[in-house]
Amino acid sequence: MSRTEGKNLRVVVYEGAGSQPLPDEDRFAMISSLLAEGFEVTRAAPGGDVADADARTMLVLGRFDEKSPPTARGLDGETTVHFRDVTGVPAEGVVEVAREVRGETGARDLTAWKPWFPVIDYDRCTNCLQCLTFCLFDVYGVDGKQEITVQNEDNCKTDCPACSRVCPEVAILFPKYRKGPINGDVVRAEDIQREAMKVDISTLLGGDLYGSLRTRQRSARERFSTERDESKALLERKRCLGKLKKDLDIPDEVLMTLPSAEDIEARAERARLKAEKRRARSTTVADTKPAPTEDDWGI
Amino acid sequence: MSDAVTPRVLYCNCTYAKVVPEETKGDVLRQLCDSGVAFDAVADLCDMAARSDPALAKIAEGGPVRIAACFPRAVKWLFHGAKTPLPEEGVEVLNMREAPADEIVAGLLAATAPETEATAS
Ligand code: SF4
Ligand code: SF4
Repeated sequence: MSRTEGKNLRVVVYEGAGSQPLPDEDRFAMISSLLAEGFEVTRAAPGGDVADADARTMLVLGRFDEKSPPTARGLDGETTVHFRDVTGVPAEGVVEVAREVRGETGARDLTAWKPWFPVIDYDRCTNCLQCLTFCLFDVYGVDGKQEITVQNEDNCKTDCPACSRVCPEVAILFPKYRKGPINGDVVRAEDIQREAMKVDISTLLGGDLYGSLRTRQRSARERFSTERDESKALLERKRCLGKLKKDLDIPDEVLMTLPSAEDIEARAERARLKAEKRRARSTTVADTKPAPTEDDWGI
Repeated sequence: MSDAVTPRVLYCNCTYAKVVPEETKGDVLRQLCDSGVAFDAVADLCDMAARSDPALAKIAEGGPVRIAACFPRAVKWLFHGAKTPLPEEGVEVLNMREAPADEIVAGLLAATAPETEATAS
């Protein structure tokens, strides 16, 4: 199962009729431990509204007065509800119970990843497709309406916000980034002046980002092949890429795992052709469409 | 009888990163747990958006909701990116990255529905 597949188990903490109320401290310990383990948690309370069931499996935990059935069918006939009595079970034990049910039901079991991927602010995006051309890892694509979209979240390199730096509209967010406006904070006038930053990037890289990456990579590779001391070569490569890292905030790991120069070249060319073709197609469609008549406008 | 709809409450634990201050997160969750209100809590909205989790649709479609998470602009476009956009009205996002816990909790538990608050501008 990839990081972006599967469904988390939803756990309902039930304290209504037929179940003893939990002491505040126990409720908090239980819910926070479950969240830390990647479960979704619903605290049910009389008269309170929560999200409707969306999954086929659910786990209901409570300090039940009577022995509850281990599983039951939901009213829709499709949802399977598992009940577990957790009377006297401490928070860690409750997590263990939930893990067991997760294992039995095949729900997603994935706790160690940082969901890191670009999120597009379509109020700002102008569909210039620069991000598509820039990203080397096929994170971006276009949808049926030829609009930019994030299609392979899983391909994005953790902690690398480089594409957001090349977006002329400051339209790319990484919600888990430490600073604004990339983290979703309000875009201020000075951020918009990053149109100038775009220029800075090309200056930094001698006007041709891919060219620079290629050169840097080639020289690093040559050093690798001629130097027997690999760690020394690695250090040297890191030093060469330092400026790039500093200015674009690209993590070492990404710089060191860049595809081969040929791959980068082929990828850039493919993206450029794709974008050009799309632009040509949309121009042709727009040009061949007859001008709207007064009838079309309803006047 | 009042027509006011009590909005649902959603708490995002931001489990897979340390961008929301631990103290704020913990304090908000503790106060929610003690408040007696019903609420949904998710481990990490970003993770759910990356998987286009169908639960996001249930959150988006279920009427007024108050969300304790991070920057409203991020939350708005996360839902949008998962193809389950939040409605323009009746949604309020409270930012645990910036506001103190007490302010967040007061916003979550305020008596009436938020007045047509968009998620971001
Ligand atoms: S670079 Fe920015 S403005 Fe251009 S398509 Fe990508 S997100 Fe939209
Ligand atoms: S939406 Fe915000 S608070 Fe929630 S997981 Fe993502 S970055 Fe963290």
